Amino acid sequence: MKKIIYGIVGFFALLSLSSCGYNTMVQLDEQVKSQWAQVQNVYQRRSDLIPNLVNTVKGAANFEQGTLVKVMEARAKATAVTVDPSKLTPESIQKFQAAQGNLSQSLGRLLVAVENYPQLKSNQNFLELQSQLEGTENRITVERQRFNEVTQQYNSTIRSFPNNLMASMFGFQQKGYFHAEAGAEKAPKVQF
Amino acid sequence: MTLAIKKLTYPFLLVFISTLLFAQTFPEKSDHLVTDYTHTLSTEQAGHLEKKLVAFDDSTSTQIAVVIIRSLEGYEIADYGVRLAQKWGIGHKKKNNGILLLVSLGDRKVTIETGYGVEGALPDAIARRIIENEIKPNFKQGNYYQGLEQGTDAIIAYTKGEYKNDSIQKGGSAHGGRGLFLVILVIIIIVIIARINRGGGNGGSQVIGGRGEASPLWWIFLGSILGGRGGSSGGWGGSSNDGGGFGGFGGGGFGGGGASGDW
Repeated sequence: MKKIIYGIVGFFALLSLSSCGYNTMVQLDEQVKSQWAQVQNVYQRRSDLIPNLVNTVKGAANFEQGTLVKVMEARAKATAVTVDPSKLTPESIQKFQAAQGNLSQSLGRLLVAVENYPQLKSNQNFLELQSQLEGTENRITVERQRFNEVTQQYNSTIRSFPNNLMASMFGFQQKGYFHAEAGAEKAPKVQF
Repeated sequence: MTLAIKKLTYPFLLVFISTLLFAQTFPEKSDHLVTDYTHTLSTEQAGHLEKKLVAFDDSTSTQIAVVIIRSLEGYEIADYGVRLAQKWGIGHKKKNNGILLLVSLGDRKVTIETGYGVEGALPDAIARRIIENEIKPNFKQGNYYQGLEQGTDAIIAYTKGEYKNDSIQKGGSAHGGRGLFLVILVIIIIVIIARINRGGGNGGSQVIGGRGEASPLWWIFLGSILGGRGGSSGGWGGSSNDGGGFGGFGGGGFGGGGASGDW
């Protein structure tokens, strides 16, 4: 009889031990990973749209080649940088963001240059691609922001006591954030 | 070392502060599909629009919310829209079939935000087309009601075949089963505790009285479990309504799909 009681007490002690740290960290770790997959998804979506966009622009107007070539180059570079979901360190995320940011810039330049081509701005195909691109940029913003939120939750969990002891024992490491793009015009203006 | 810590705290702080700020700006979840904070629509117009959208929600479970605000308070309209839609949880939780048509009168901007589940039926390009063809021309002339009426008609036309409302029958049986299970579970627990209590002699338990009767506390506990179940079932679908009112938003997710424009 006593043995059973000891067994039950031991079982609950184990349960409370694991639930106060390890399991939570595992869950948060998985959450960050799955959110990372979402982030990659939307970037991939943008990457898939670009060849179409470039072809439409090329076909519809006598467009300056330099801008288009730069977009395609930036796209190739951006798709070459992939991050292993188990190694979401601040450095690797920064690298990923830099490559994608480069692509955003050359895309932005392309869209500015289009302003000089009225025949493109009335091209239905181009307009729809442009709205898809805009929608995708919004999706990127959303998923990145959610990634930062779950990462913040994860980081603050593994750094707080007593989880930090458990975290270092089992090798949970800090994960990186997305930072606001330098000179990003899209950031919300905060009014005080 | 301290530098590293500093480096790490800044983004952390930034995220924290920004979530605080965001939390203040957005209006609380509305209990209507049409919410006009500017009183631009007359009561009959809002009622007519609401009736149409509730009927669409009832038949397809796709929730189209129309919200008119005065100002975006510095946000991009798409950003504001997706945060508001996510906060309110427009659409069904598992289907993510919510659509938000947000109008900011002060900024003269409009957006259609699509939930994850309707991005296929209503792609960004179509959302843009609806804004350009149905909404903008009317808004330019100040015919806000007409623009919203035609805009929602177009959205309905595109999303009609995507989902069916299968929650009423399903929801009923599922809740019934869960309720029965809970009752049985609680009875079993009470019986077990009573047994243990009797075995332990005059332990003087606070939960179950000496004669094996449950104390009022237990009944309150039991009631709260069952009550909680009832409350959650009212969250969506409104199966108890006679088809009249809107049952509430269902917790659908948004990922930034859709299109925006100004007039």
